[in-house]
Amino acid sequence: MEGRGSRQATDALPHPALQEPRPLRKVNLTTSGPDMPNQLTIRDTIPMSSNRTQPHLSAVALTKSYIKGEIQVPVLRGVDVSVERGEFISIVGQSGCGKSTMMHVLGLLDSPDIGEVRLNGERIDDLPLGTRDELRNHVFGFVFQFYHLLPELTLLENVLTPLMIRHTAWEYFKRRGEFRETATEIINRVGLSHRLKHRPSELSGGEMQRAAIARSLISKPEVLLADEPTGNLDATTGAEIMGLLQRLNEDEQLTIIMVTHDGVIADQAKRIVRLSEGRIQTLEEAA
Amino acid sequence: MYKLLLSSRYLRTRFIALASIISVMLGVATLIVVNSVMTGFRYEMRDRLHSLISDVVIESRSTDGASNPELLEQYVWEVAGEYVEAVAPTVEIYGMLTFELGVGSRNKEYAHCPVTIIGIDPEQQDAVSPLRVHLVGRQPETDDEGNVIAPPLFPADSPLNWELSDDAKQYRADWLYIQSLREMAYGGSQPEQPFYEAPASEADSVAYAEPDPFGQSESIRTAELTPDARTGGATAPSTFDPTGGEPASELFGNDPIKARDPDEPFPARVYVGQNLIAYPFKNEETGKTEMRPLVLPGEDVHISTIKTGLPEPARFTATVVDVFRSGMSEFDSNFVFCPIDELQKVRGMMDPSSGQGDVTMLKIKLKDYDDAAIVVERLQAATDKFAPHKFNIYTWEQKRAPLLQAVEIEAAILNVLLFLIIAVAGFGILAIFYMIVVEKTRDIGILKALGATSQGVMSIFLTYGLSLGVVGSGVGVVLGLLFVHYINEIEGAISWLTGRKVFDDTIYYFKDIPTEVSPWMVIWVALGAMAIAVLASVLPARRAARLHPVRALRYE
Repeated sequence: MEGRGSRQATDALPHPALQEPRPLRKVNLTTSGPDMPNQLTIRDTIPMSSNRTQPHLSAVALTKSYIKGEIQVPVLRGVDVSVERGEFISIVGQSGCGKSTMMHVLGLLDSPDIGEVRLNGERIDDLPLGTRDELRNHVFGFVFQFYHLLPELTLLENVLTPLMIRHTAWEYFKRRGEFRETATEIINRVGLSHRLKHRPSELSGGEMQRAAIARSLISKPEVLLADEPTGNLDATTGAEIMGLLQRLNEDEQLTIIMVTHDGVIADQAKRIVRLSEGRIQTLEEAA
Repeated sequence: MYKLLLSSRYLRTRFIALASIISVMLGVATLIVVNSVMTGFRYEMRDRLHSLISDVVIESRSTDGASNPELLEQYVWEVAGEYVEAVAPTVEIYGMLTFELGVGSRNKEYAHCPVTIIGIDPEQQDAVSPLRVHLVGRQPETDDEGNVIAPPLFPADSPLNWELSDDAKQYRADWLYIQSLREMAYGGSQPEQPFYEAPASEADSVAYAEPDPFGQSESIRTAELTPDARTGGATAPSTFDPTGGEPASELFGNDPIKARDPDEPFPARVYVGQNLIAYPFKNEETGKTEMRPLVLPGEDVHISTIKTGLPEPARFTATVVDVFRSGMSEFDSNFVFCPIDELQKVRGMMDPSSGQGDVTMLKIKLKDYDDAAIVVERLQAATDKFAPHKFNIYTWEQKRAPLLQAVEIEAAILNVLLFLIIAVAGFGILAIFYMIVVEKTRDIGILKALGATSQGVMSIFLTYGLSLGVVGSGVGVVLGLLFVHYINEIEGAISWLTGRKVFDDTIYYFKDIPTEVSPWMVIWVALGAMAIAVLASVLPARRAARLHPVRALRYE
């Protein structure tokens, strides 16, 4: 893949405020597959994903602070990162250095105070709320440290949740057979086909994390955001999960951004971004 | 889709939701039961009120009445003929009913009751408002379970008239015989000429047969009459002296000079309201309260009222033909029906030359009661025919407006109060939902991370509230309808458990608790409950929708 490897943290782009507004286009998402509709027209604009000249996902001068009481606590102090298509990078740093916040901002769960998030070169952090919700559903897949499965639903239903969110009840009802097949296939791939009807409380930690990965894959995301995916697992199970992520990265060219504080885990990524006190410390090629 | 799935899951897995469902359910069930019973009572009461007041009434403002009823009747047909089914001229006047308490003492004891005397033609009256169904002698005798144990005293299809039944004739013969025995024992009056007798002599003190006041309750139909219980009554007329020099023939319509056959009933006959001539008695053996008669058909009673013009008393003696029982105590303790011509004669309303009597009232039955307002309007507009200063025209509802309105207002207030029960349930839902939202904060964050919109999250909780409302009101409707259906059985069970009669049929005159389920009422109650459940979930749902995804995800 082009552009893989070490890059300068800051692109040579002018400051966002100086940039000319890019014409926004109505586009088709290329989340096409044989069993998925490839004509997903979204109300508002979604940046084109086929733009090869731009990094897949990039952050420009991200600044974010939280207000605790009356004190403003800066978390991110101007972070610039860009990730190429099919790249697997890990963000490491100490607790409280802002790596989770950065991931949330990249995944549009939070918005930066200053700075931009760009997908294929298009600014996405200032899109309307509804469009950002749709982008989260279509483009990003999330995996969390505490799995975050819905306790009321079975594994299969948990995996299907993004599709339920995406489609109206009637649409979903009409195509539920098809969706169910896709979900079963993905669950097979993460090796949980014997657990379809089980509730999360009946699964082990590793199984829950695999279920969470399956859930993030069902929407055919372009970018997988993993927040300490092995943080709650023992070394063996953690290694299994990492193996799964690596396979996904290699086999499907899935862009993966992983946050971790564990150096061993981080080393399995292709590139490591070190965050310290809200700033990029080093960028290095993984061993 | 996830909204439906999640809200149905929350419904099934949260026991706290059951509390909200039960509170909604109880509220709905209570509303339906209370409404059904209230409506049932109201309908029953309206039926009974209406049964004796015809649809529309033209009443002369003067108690002296209006002349030429035939012409008035013709006017009615002219003005609103297309709506009118039947017209009955009547004379209504207040008066007093006097009868002798049947205690076999030498001193006569009289009971006087204020009454409304209604002069009618029975068939005409029956055409404008049901009369036949309220006459005891026209109904078959039934036991407590409603099984017929004796046929009616009159054949079912016989026209309404003022003839005595065979049983009553038989009883009258016995009763007169006892009277004559009494006369012999105490000496005095001659029953042949009742109106001209001096008051019964109260001379000797020969104890007459021991009376058995309760023996009267034995139905005369069993023919086991207990005449000893009924002493002295036929002589009662003797207490009435004709007024002044007025010729008695004019007054009473019967010729006092001619010796009357004592067995022959008086030409004036009456149907008397049951409560006037009977009293409730609690039978210790059966534990039931029954009405025991003081006067039975075949006996004579005395009626006093006023003549036309300046008030002067008018009195006459009449033979009781039948007992009138409508179930409305107001009517049963007030109404005395007598032949219209007799009343007209006694009151001097009859023109002796033409035989035309004045009437105080025209009772009108409509083909369809819904037209009543139009008919009243038209009749009121025809001022040349019914001068407003002479006639008062109203529907039965207008006549009964204060009572009907009071009942309506009572029902409305009760409904508001009961709806507050559901509102309380709504606040319960509000509190429970707030708790659930707090408990589900992380799940809300997950859903938002997966791309759920704020509206989507909000609608999870709105759907949840709606489904609570739907389930609660659905179960409540079923429960309420079942309760209404089996209300008499439930009443029986509660009475048995507490040992106290919850629903005393002697107070209410109903054998069973009347209920009336109106489908619209059920629908409104159910919809109202659902609306309250949804409204109560709006605030928690908004809170859920406004949760920041990151903060929600980090929520511990």
